[in-house]
Amino acid sequence: MSSGRHLVVVGASLAGLRAVEAARRSGFDGRITLIGAEPHLPYDRPPLSKTFLDGEDLPPFRGEEVLREELGVELALGAAATALDIGARTVRAGEREFGYDALVVATGAGARALPRTGGLRGVHTLRTRDDALAVRRALDAGARTVVVGAGFIGSEVASAARKRGLDVTIVEALPTPLVRAVGETMGGACAALHARGGTELRCGVGVSAVEGDGRVERVRLSDGTVLAADLVVAGIGAVPATGWLAGSGLTLDDGVVCDETLFTGAPGVYAAGDVARWHNPLFGRHMRLEHWTSAAEQGAVAARNALDPADAKPYSTVPYFWSDWYGARIQFVGVPVTDEVRVVDGDLAGERFVALYRAGDRLVGALTLNGQPQVMKYRGLIMRGASWAEGLEFADRRRAAAKESV
Amino acid sequence: MKIVVDYARCTGLGICESLAPGVFEVDDSGDLIMLTETISADDLEGVRQAIEGCPTEALRLEP
Ligand SMILES: Cc1cc2nc3c(=O)[nH]c(=O)nc-3n(C[C@H](O)[C@H](O)[C@H](O)COP(=O)(O)OP(=O)(O)OC[C@H]3O[C@@H](n4cnc5c(N)ncnc54)[C@H](O)[C@@H]3O)c2cc1C
Ligand code: SF4
Repeated sequence: MSSGRHLVVVGASLAGLRAVEAARRSGFDGRITLIGAEPHLPYDRPPLSKTFLDGEDLPPFRGEEVLREELGVELALGAAATALDIGARTVRAGEREFGYDALVVATGAGARALPRTGGLRGVHTLRTRDDALAVRRALDAGARTVVVGAGFIGSEVASAARKRGLDVTIVEALPTPLVRAVGETMGGACAALHARGGTELRCGVGVSAVEGDGRVERVRLSDGTVLAADLVVAGIGAVPATGWLAGSGLTLDDGVVCDETLFTGAPGVYAAGDVARWHNPLFGRHMRLEHWTSAAEQGAVAARNALDPADAKPYSTVPYFWSDWYGARIQFVGVPVTDEVRVVDGDLAGERFVALYRAGDRLVGALTLNGQPQVMKYRGLIMRGASWAEGLEFADRRRAAAKESV
Repeated sequence: MKIVVDYARCTGLGICESLAPGVFEVDDSGDLIMLTETISADDLEGVRQAIEGCPTEALRLEP
């Protein structure tokens, strides 16, 4: 890898940081520039809706010296990229223009905001450190909290509010939450945790207005209910941050579309993380994940491939995410598109369970509640392309072993 | 090569186990245990992936 080349990484978060680190680890000794819209050094997001809301500190992934000196990265923070020219091989950010030999697009996703809230104070999304700090301050002040959206982030916020003994209501437009993430039955099973945690969950009802004088005072629902609120947190999904790529010539379709090596089709340009919709060879289709593990891994793969396209390696993965609610841990591996879901251990009303997902005769997913000792074993099975029968057999063996050890 | 686990950081999410099942295991109480001290050449790639995939950056390789 000849020096004198320039790697530009746009998006200074998890995928971007891992891109930079992998580039250096693979021996790249050219220039690296990391462009990030936020003024902060790269930091981790999952804690924002978990321990950070409880008051814990969140240091950046790496100190500034490590980035600048050990990794030799030029930082352009607080500077959103606004345009990409794939012909001239340049990225524009503010007044500056950066020429690149290799480019990793890692701009992630932005939280979808509640429409028509008229800039009321006390209404937040939860995506950035600044968002989380604002939500934490409101919780510190004992806010009556309304969460819009019973997805993972909304549910974690509700859980954090309950931990402090605050009143919290979740409003969810769908009849069952998390259907896209884990499917219908299991969405219901996860939602049941809210009742046990003391959170009121209202499904199948929309928000018709968020009102107040300068700051939020109440939330009006489509069924006529009025909820008093000092804090409203919208957890209604995220949109891939591709606005700056409009007109660039990259294929954009719910993210930057890539092949299995994370290549975008434009010379030298690869994408990684929440912004990338790539072809996952393990499942034979395009996916865009908003999960920590794949973002971290893709960042590294994208950088290595961008620097050495002739030897580009595909990225395949069994999707994995976790979420912490009311002291319980939900983990999911695989894909939720299924013909059947079967509970193979514990029961849905209890403290822990394991549910397996079948598509045809293949094991394609596993959802666990407090199933840390088991979930990754299923991930391994899915990675190896295990059949449904093998999955069930494995579950039988686990149960038998557990009985014996009692 | 030796693997060093920072148990103060490890939260038992178990990614490492799925990537290098011969080396890491989350036991029945949810704690990470090491199945081996020495890493074979076969395990090395998986261990590298586990280090990259660990969400709490609890794993390190030492010569
Ligand atoms: C509150 C919260 C909790 C989460 N919890 C979990 C969890 O428990 N488990 C799990 O698996 N995943 C979780 N996730 C998801 C996980 O954090 C993401 O998958 C991961 O952060 C994606 O990393 P990324 O680098 O691709 O994108 P991002 O983290 O979104 O980073 C993209 C960066 O690019 C910057 N950017 C955007 N546009 C531009 C531009 N034009 N120019 C320059 N910079 C730009 C952004 O400011 C941002 O810093 C959570 C996410 C959030 C928000
Ligand atoms: S992946 Fe990291 S946090 Fe998870 S069990 Fe392994 S070492 Fe611990």
